[in-house]
This record gives sequence, C-alpha cells and structure tokens, in this order.
Amino acid sequence: MQDNSGARMLWVDHMIRIRDHQDQAAFADLFGHFAPRVKGFLMKSGADASLAEECAQEVLATCWHKAHMFDPTRASVATWIFTIARNRKIDVLRKQRRPEPEDLGWGPEQEPDQADVMALQQESEQLGQAIAELPPAQRELIEKAYFGDLSHSEIAEQTGLPLGTIKSRIRLALERLRHAMK
Amino acid sequence: MKQNIKHHLTDSILMGYAAGTLPEAFNLMVATHVSLCNECRARLEGFEAVGGEMLDQPASNEVAMDAGSLAATLSLIAGGAQDEIRVPRVSGSSVLPGPLQDYVGGDLDAIQWRGIGMGVKQAILPTSKDASARLLFIPAGAAMPDHGHKGLEMTMVLQGAFQDEDDYFSRGDVEVADSDTHHTPVADIHEDCICLAVTDAPLQFQGLLPKIAQRFARI
Repeated sequence: MQDNSGARMLWVDHMIRIRDHQDQAAFADLFGHFAPRVKGFLMKSGADASLAEECAQEVLATCWHKAHMFDPTRASVATWIFTIARNRKIDVLRKQRRPEPEDLGWGPEQEPDQADVMALQQESEQLGQAIAELPPAQRELIEKAYFGDLSHSEIAEQTGLPLGTIKSRIRLALERLRHAMK
Repeated sequence: MKQNIKHHLTDSILMGYAAGTLPEAFNLMVATHVSLCNECRARLEGFEAVGGEMLDQPASNEVAMDAGSLAATLSLIAGGAQDEIRVPRVSGSSVLPGPLQDYVGGDLDAIQWRGIGMGVKQAILPTSKDASARLLFIPAGAAMPDHGHKGLEMTMVLQGAFQDEDDYFSRGDVEVADSDTHHTPVADIHEDCICLAVTDAPLQFQGLLPKIAQRFARI
C-alpha cells in the first residue's frame, strides 16, 4: 500500500472480506462510512428522511449481496456504491425503467492484478483531491448536477445564473478535473 | 472491436446519465450508444467516478442513519437478495443493441412499424412521458421532411447511414440537434436507414400538411 490511496485500498480490502468471508465487522465499517452519505444523496434528490433511510439500507444490503460483482480495476468502492445508489434513486424516486449498456463481459472472474487495482484506486484519489480543490462556485454546480437531481436548466432557475454560464462553469470544472488527472 | 464512430454523446448527457437525472428516453439513447462505443463508455465511467468522489467528499453530504439501522440492514441481508441479478445481454451481430431489444421486445422483426408517409416508418418506444424515443426507418436515398426542433433531439444510426447539410452519420454516430437546428437528413443510397431518435419536445414539421399528419403520427 502506497501514499494516499490508502483509504481507497482499505475499502477495497473491506469488499474482499465481505465477499470471501461474509465479514460483518468489515460491513459495519463500510456501512458507517457510506450509509449516511447515501442517505444524504437521496434526500438531496428529493426523498424524505424515512424513504432515504430505507433506500440507504437497501443500497448497503445490495453491496453485500453483489460484493462478487465489484471490480476494483474499474471503480473505487465509492464510485460503485454511488452507481448502486443512483440506480435505486431512478427505481424508487423517479419510478422509471433503467436502460443499461450491454455488458462487455469483463466481470471480475479471476483475481485482478494488484497493480491494476492500485493504479485505479490512486487515480480515484487524485480525482477526489481535484474535486476538493475546485473553486467553490464550480464545485457547487457539480454538486447540484449530481446531487440536486437537477438538469442544467433547472440549476439555472434555482441559482438565477444564465444557462450559458452554468454550462461554461461546469465545462471549466470538468476541464480542471481532466487537467488534474494528467 | 473496430470502432469508426465519429459523432459522440455530449458531456452534459453523459453526466446526466451518471447522475441519474435524465428522462428515460435519453437514458435509453446513452445505454444504446455506449453499448457500441468504447470511447463513450470510458467517458461515462469517468463521470460516474466524479459522482463517487462527490459522495466520498468529507462530511459534505452526510445525514445520520436512524438508531438500529445497521442491525436492520443485517437482517435485510439475512433475508436474501431482493433484486434479481441481471443476466448480461449480448446482442451479437444484431442491428439492435441489447438495451433497445429490451424495449422492442425482440430483434428487428419484432418492431411494430407504422408508416408516416413517403416510405418513412416509425415505432414509438414506451418510455416515461418527459421525453420520447422512437425508431425511424428511412428508405435508402429518401429524405426526412425538413423540420426544426423545440427541445433537444438526438438521433443515432443503427443501420445504413444518413447525411445532412453538415455531416455524414453511420452506425453508432449520434447527431445532436437543438432549437437552432433546421436540417434535412437524407438516407444513404446504399441501404435503408434505421435510427433511434429521442427528443424532449415534439418535432415541428414545417408546412401545413405535415403538421396535420403530425397530430396523428405523434412525430
């Protein structure tokens, strides 16, 4: 384990313990960290507290049941949980069917190469840093785009910023993120 | 897989899919295009990673779980998996990628086409009402009627190719048009063209007769 990808590698290790040993202590740690975040995400997307609580429990239960499908060469644990929470949001809050791309069949059938895992988790760390360092105005708009369940034009309505400004700020933020990832 | 796709999805659409804020018809477009386009698949995973890192930012979005929440979740787990694990769809060499086959209920021969004039046919797919999705069949060499747009429209080629004033679109390419776009796509002469088209507003045909037809055909 190396430099500051430590936290992310730790969560990967937790997922492996859950997958291989049904480790309840590892699950309790994961739950303690991610469940309140998932609940917050769902409430910002329009769920009331009790629905968000129920869905957050279901999202974390899904992490347990689908632990074998988590591939640490493709996503951080946070990203994987985010996509499960997003799917739950579409199912329960938006009540839409949820078309998904065809699978490439890259499933984690055999034990992934540790160097690949490390590389992906380090990139995630860099991305997290880059987001933390965004100017507040840009970060706030990214947050609204992801957590407010708002389209760009709805963000315009809420913030009073012209749509063009929002699009260019988000674009600027994405460019900064890309730059930071190089 | 060899990829010749030149016209891709926008950042804004990929980010909306990652965040789960798009209308269902737009999600269907993203899922269909990404099934054919490794570049957009990688970009989408990037936007999902941004979502993951936003979720993981220190203390910004936490709401405390109820007392006894962990125990409740563990008993949920003991009750077994709730949602079935999806069987990955592989469409093989079909014209319709997996996500579209789900909506059509089969392959090309399962599409219920309805003629809308000049040999052009369409099949509206069942999605939520905030946007619409349909398959379009344009005979080789035929033109789509000239039309403007009120909202955002994306058209992706599944078979054949089409050309508008600016560009050439073949399998996997997505044309993005908005209210400033007035165009006349023409199908390539070599093969009948099949497209997936999604829009968040009804298309506006210019001229009186198509407007009347529009009320019946739901274009």
